[in-house]
Amino acid sequence: MSDSKDKQNSSADLVRVSGVRFAFGTRPVYDDLSLSVERGKVTAIMGPSGCGKSTLLNFVGGRLKPDAGSVMVDSVEVPGLGRRGLYQLRKRMGMMFQRSALLTDMNVFDNIAFPIRQNTDLPEPLIRHMVLFKLEMVGLRGARDLMPAELSGGMARRVALARAIALDPMLVMYDEPFTGLDPISMGVIVKLIREVNDALGMTSVVVTHDVKEGCSIADYVYLLAHGTVIGQGTPEELNTSQSPEVRQFMGGLPDGPVGYHYPADEFVSDLFTGA
Amino acid sequence: MQKRVIELWVGAFVLAGVAALGVLAFKVGNLSGADVKDGFKVTAHFHNIGGLTVKAPVSMAGVRVGRVSNIFIDRDDYTAVVEMTLDPKYDNLPTDTSASILTQGLLGAQYVGLEPGGEDRYLKDGDRLDITQSALVLEQLIGQLLFSKAGGEDK
Amino acid sequence: MDWVRQLGRWALENMQRWGRSGLFLLSTLAASVLVLRRFELVVQQVFAVGVLTLIIILVSGLFVGMVLGLQGYYTLVDFGAESSLGLVVALSLTRELGPVLTALLFAGRAGSALTAEIGLMKATDQLAAMEMMAVDPVRRVIAPRFLAGFVSMPLLAALFTAVGVWGGNLVGVGLLGVDSGVYWSAMRDGVDVYEDVLNGVIKSLVFGFMVTWIAVFEGYDAVPTSEGVSRATTRTVVNASLVVLALDFILTSLMFE
Repeated sequence: MSDSKDKQNSSADLVRVSGVRFAFGTRPVYDDLSLSVERGKVTAIMGPSGCGKSTLLNFVGGRLKPDAGSVMVDSVEVPGLGRRGLYQLRKRMGMMFQRSALLTDMNVFDNIAFPIRQNTDLPEPLIRHMVLFKLEMVGLRGARDLMPAELSGGMARRVALARAIALDPMLVMYDEPFTGLDPISMGVIVKLIREVNDALGMTSVVVTHDVKEGCSIADYVYLLAHGTVIGQGTPEELNTSQSPEVRQFMGGLPDGPVGYHYPADEFVSDLFTGA
Repeated sequence: MQKRVIELWVGAFVLAGVAALGVLAFKVGNLSGADVKDGFKVTAHFHNIGGLTVKAPVSMAGVRVGRVSNIFIDRDDYTAVVEMTLDPKYDNLPTDTSASILTQGLLGAQYVGLEPGGEDRYLKDGDRLDITQSALVLEQLIGQLLFSKAGGEDK
Repeated sequence: MDWVRQLGRWALENMQRWGRSGLFLLSTLAASVLVLRRFELVVQQVFAVGVLTLIIILVSGLFVGMVLGLQGYYTLVDFGAESSLGLVVALSLTRELGPVLTALLFAGRAGSALTAEIGLMKATDQLAAMEMMAVDPVRRVIAPRFLAGFVSMPLLAALFTAVGVWGGNLVGVGLLGVDSGVYWSAMRDGVDVYEDVLNGVIKSLVFGFMVTWIAVFEGYDAVPTSEGVSRATTRTVVNASLVVLALDFILTSLMFE
């Protein structure tokens, strides 16, 4: 905090992750990971499946703690927060889960009203306005009485988006927002993430392995592999990058520096060692 | 609407549960019967109480009027002392009321039967019933039968 | 040597589970105090846990009482003691069968449903989503269910016992010709409110606590996959039943010395 340069940086960047190290049991996930998310921008974090992109969102949301390193959100050190501080911070964050994670025992309207009702004492008419506004934004005002089980995958994702932005948070995190959607729904989500970010003045972090969609909405892209950042820049910069790792991922090549094989003994020796 | 139905059901459920507890306490259990907790106590001495136990009923003309609250041996004459707690509403039992130990059915549980006497003074807390009849013990009964039979043949 | 290592790992894992379940219970209890202010959540769960278990409890209670009536009668009549039928039926139900069978049925009906529901909420990220919405899932999801189970169990057990006594009456008095007055008076003479009825209620409170704790913990601790949830559900029924039977022995030996 005494470092003035540090302070300046933290005001421009909403999220700053530096020197993070983390392992699930004995499986290392991150080794010296550093990145930052600029305010007001859409930042995409891309990388192959299983490289722990979602884990990063759990650090930012305070659901997991890194083994070492710092995770700052709005100049607050998240891993050091107590329960109360963490819940205060989470009120200013929204997150959209890959599986939508709508509460199955209430309808669409109540799902979106849920974070508002739980965290504020606003009167019901005002809550109704807020919810209908968010539903109109994602084009599902007519579906407010449906139960989550009656929604298609794409609709559920949009409701989840509306819920993530229900409290007008400063930061919205999207965990694999494009996975498992048909092309039309995917296009809708792509458009919505950009629109919501610009219209409501939020900061967005999109974690995805879909290169095309990620690049189409991101202002800035981080590429992760082997637990660290292997490339960063605007989508254009990455597309023209000469680094073989970056080219492999951006071009969708099956094998390269990011191995096709899960680490194993040599195939031939494995075959002959017997059962 | 949905919520009201749920609340209604839950309310009915809780009521039914509490009512069931009430049934258990009053109809199955003895909470409604003579409340022996604040009744008055009388004692009776028996030579043999057979299988009488604490909490056995005390009845008069087949109606339960109290419970056996304590059983011990008199240190002086080695008779069994049965302490009974009687329902305070039966406060007009004559002092010469007799107590006997009887059996429900052939092999049933034993209880104390009271037989009212003719005195016009009434029993009060701490009194002692003087006229008692001990339990019939099957072995003694058979012994007596054989003895009297043998005696009868002698004559 | 490998099996020693496996044994060690098994022991360690189990100890960790014990620790987790203990900590989980503490936070559940703390949250339960707070959730009393949001009583409608508890009411909703009493419906799911108690009211929906009602049918199976009532039907089972009726049949158990009727069987007790039959068996009790055939046994007692050999000794000419069929007048004690009411007592036998009522004592078996208030002391043992009411609380124990209710707890076992409850574990199978409501406990498994609780575990599966919470496990699926975890598997579909609903619990994580709540956390990210600054809502504590222990307070919002777990505590109301725990309280509901704890409250419902003694009520269900009382209903089971009452229906059972009535069922025994149905068979004994209606079918086999025991005198109605004898049936009820023998019962009232022999059943003590404190010794028998109250102890039965205490038993069902303890069972309610344990079964619901196991059910919500297994759901909360489930591996968030379909297989994990199915295993957690099985574990709830098995563990809860074993705990109920073992605790019943301990409680009985303490209560009816």
